[in-house]
Amino acid sequence: MNKGDCKIMKKTLSLFVFLITLALALPVRAAEDETLPHQHWQHKGILGVYDKAAVQRGFQVYKEVCSACHAMKFMSYRNLEKIGYTPDEVKAVAAQYTVTDGPNDEGEMFERPALPSDHFKSPFKNDKAARAANNGALPPDMSLLVKARDGGEDYIFSILTGFETPPADVQLMAGMNYNKYFPGHQIAMAKPLSDGQVSYADGTPNSLEQEARDVTQFLAWVSEPHMEQRKQMGIKVILFLLVFAGVMFNTNRKVWSKLH
Amino acid sequence: MDSTRRAGGTRRDFLYLTAGAMGAVGVSSALWVLPNSMNPAADTLALASTEVDISKIQVGQAITAVWRGAPLFIRHRTPEEIAKERAVDWQSLRDPQKDEDSAVKAEWLIVKGVCTHLGCIPLGTKAGQPRGEYGGWICPCHGSQYDLSGRIRSGPAPKNLLVPPYTFVTDTLIRVG
Amino acid sequence: MASAGKKVKFDNPVVQWINDRLPIYSILHDQYGNFPTPRNFNYFWSFGAIAMAMLGIMIVTGVFLAMSYTPHTTLAFESIEHMMRDVNYGWLMRYTHMNGASFFFIAVYIHISRGLFYGSYRQPRELVWIFGVVIMLLMMVTAFMGYTLPWSQMSGWGVTVITSLFSAVPLIGDGLVTWLWGGFAVDNPTLNRFYALHFLLPFVICAVVFVHVWALHVSGSNNPTGVEPKSEKDVIPFNPYYTTKDSFGTVVFMIIFMAVVFFAPLVLADPAHFRQFDPMQTPPHIVPEWYFLPFYAILRAFTIDLNIPFTHIILLPAKLQGVIAMFSSILLLLFLPWLDTSPVRSAVYRPVYKWCLLLLLLAVCALTYAGSKPPEGMPLWFGIVGTFYYFLHFLVIVPVLGKYEKTLTPPASISESVEAGHE
Repeated sequence: MNKGDCKIMKKTLSLFVFLITLALALPVRAAEDETLPHQHWQHKGILGVYDKAAVQRGFQVYKEVCSACHAMKFMSYRNLEKIGYTPDEVKAVAAQYTVTDGPNDEGEMFERPALPSDHFKSPFKNDKAARAANNGALPPDMSLLVKARDGGEDYIFSILTGFETPPADVQLMAGMNYNKYFPGHQIAMAKPLSDGQVSYADGTPNSLEQEARDVTQFLAWVSEPHMEQRKQMGIKVILFLLVFAGVMFNTNRKVWSKLH
Repeated sequence: MDSTRRAGGTRRDFLYLTAGAMGAVGVSSALWVLPNSMNPAADTLALASTEVDISKIQVGQAITAVWRGAPLFIRHRTPEEIAKERAVDWQSLRDPQKDEDSAVKAEWLIVKGVCTHLGCIPLGTKAGQPRGEYGGWICPCHGSQYDLSGRIRSGPAPKNLLVPPYTFVTDTLIRVG
Repeated sequence: MASAGKKVKFDNPVVQWINDRLPIYSILHDQYGNFPTPRNFNYFWSFGAIAMAMLGIMIVTGVFLAMSYTPHTTLAFESIEHMMRDVNYGWLMRYTHMNGASFFFIAVYIHISRGLFYGSYRQPRELVWIFGVVIMLLMMVTAFMGYTLPWSQMSGWGVTVITSLFSAVPLIGDGLVTWLWGGFAVDNPTLNRFYALHFLLPFVICAVVFVHVWALHVSGSNNPTGVEPKSEKDVIPFNPYYTTKDSFGTVVFMIIFMAVVFFAPLVLADPAHFRQFDPMQTPPHIVPEWYFLPFYAILRAFTIDLNIPFTHIILLPAKLQGVIAMFSSILLLLFLPWLDTSPVRSAVYRPVYKWCLLLLLLAVCALTYAGSKPPEGMPLWFGIVGTFYYFLHFLVIVPVLGKYEKTLTPPASISESVEAGHE
């Protein structure tokens, strides 16, 4: 390879870098609320993995609090094995719920305890029932919530910890609550978590902040359950490709050396 | 001069080989992912075991349950039926199998209701259906006949009806798969 | 790709037997093995091969994704979540396909920019260029339809907005939109037809790629000097020189692509992609994928209806102006071979035109920025100025500058330029 080639290659690479930076910069366009405080999440970052204990505690918060209104329809009880529950524990969790199955041989729908293969039971029969029970507002499904919100984990944590008494000049509409991080500040959800809301079996202090942090990590896992596998595989793939690129670079140089 | 050229040639060959091999490994492992996605997904695998309540099956009756998307025949055999099947000279059959091996509890015969010939569903489970010469099942597609131990007795099928792995959770509840 | 001249002999009798009956090996040998190629390509020439690799990746991942996908409004979103969670490596296939679209466009846009800079569209390669523009158009349509399939808020509203463009067509506009939708709103018939076409069009793209390469192999490749090869010294066989060079380029490209797939798969995805389509509620920011942004900005750069002076009779509504401008901005490229009047092909030897191309790049960047923002204030001005320069460049600068620019003298031959580069 001659000097010109190397120069062009460098240029090409810098163009790549430029394009990637551009690409990285673009999504930021989408209304990132500057007031959203950034939290540290250990699962973020190139090699970050989920904090299993926190995810389990977060599941407890979801189960005891959020699941009263928020469905999680893309999750199955069996998925809980992935965050460290044993098959028997999963079975016991599933058995706490009753699901409708059928029709049976008589053509009737019947109720039975949920199995690990069942999807999480939704709190309402359908969206309309959910609205009717919630003052017209639809509690969003939580299966993809972290991926479906600008700001992801930070947004959810902020909403959970952002309930306040409204400033004097704010006139709340009926049934609304004041949240300093919610766009427009008026949110239909009442403050869901508070200090001591759940009691953790592992003795973790159950402050509002801890609960919010835990349930956010659970929701992050629910949104992207294959993240750890993805990152592990990614390291292998990238290492392989780097070596391959090295070999190809040398092969190419060897081939072209015949010309000069 | 000659030896340097040869050395250069060897190095080049080595590079070619390495590059080619790495390319092949890279492409084939990428291509492995794709057909692998056609294997049963996690939700399908989660349904691979089924629990069936057998308390309501009367002696002499049979029911069809569903296991892994295919029919599962569960027959509550009478003492005469059991005696008949246990008396069969099983070693002379096409697919020799002892009745004691297929029916763990003698009164319960549990087999996958799929003919081992070409996958049709044999008749004989519901009352009034033909059950063939051997009193078990007869396949409507090519006339394979099975006895009440699920063994192939005549017709083109090569194997006995499959006995799935199952356990009795309680006396009236079985878990299949 | 007609093979001419002397027959090649193959050592392998099986190969020889097949080749006597169907000369695929001779064709491969003539068109790829021995094909005389200018010896002075730089790495920008690898992007054709890279784009082809991306097309292959998109087709194979797409076919396997289709096996887990259900094109129905009630099940589409769910079937994709099933793919992401339960299908073996479904997440990998989906993230590869999703980001693959972006990387396919990156490769193709660089490929096109290379053609623009080195004058690869010029006589005798007009058809190569035209088929290339057709491929880009087909890619855009395919990508847009693929965008619909997850049936997310972004999908549903993206389709609604873009198909509604056709309502600007005078007289038949509304009927056209209803026809596109197969109903009175974006609904199941829309999803079904988009799925069918999204599956079909990539194979049409393959066919056009074949013709594109065929035409290229008739004229032979352009090169950085823009000087046609004159002797044996100017060319080298495609294999092994460019097979290895393109392979190296492709592997480097794959490193970046895979880094995004594995470590930042959502970097280009808007959160609205993860909410199911709700026909009753539009999300606050409807933004097309980045590769459409320049065109989207051109569409929105027109904000003033054109009236008959001093009346309220509208001659050309702003919406229609935008639609016409957006489609012209692409179709314009088809005429580029005849718009360029310069005696010199490669911009390397055109000192002024070089700067104009840089301005064009800046204009496209400005348009990309403008397309990502609501059309008001500064972004709108970026859009207007960018649109103005885009059309000025192709319709005025290219034809006029070609006639008056004082160009440098290109080297007499490729080998001369290569030797000069060595000193």
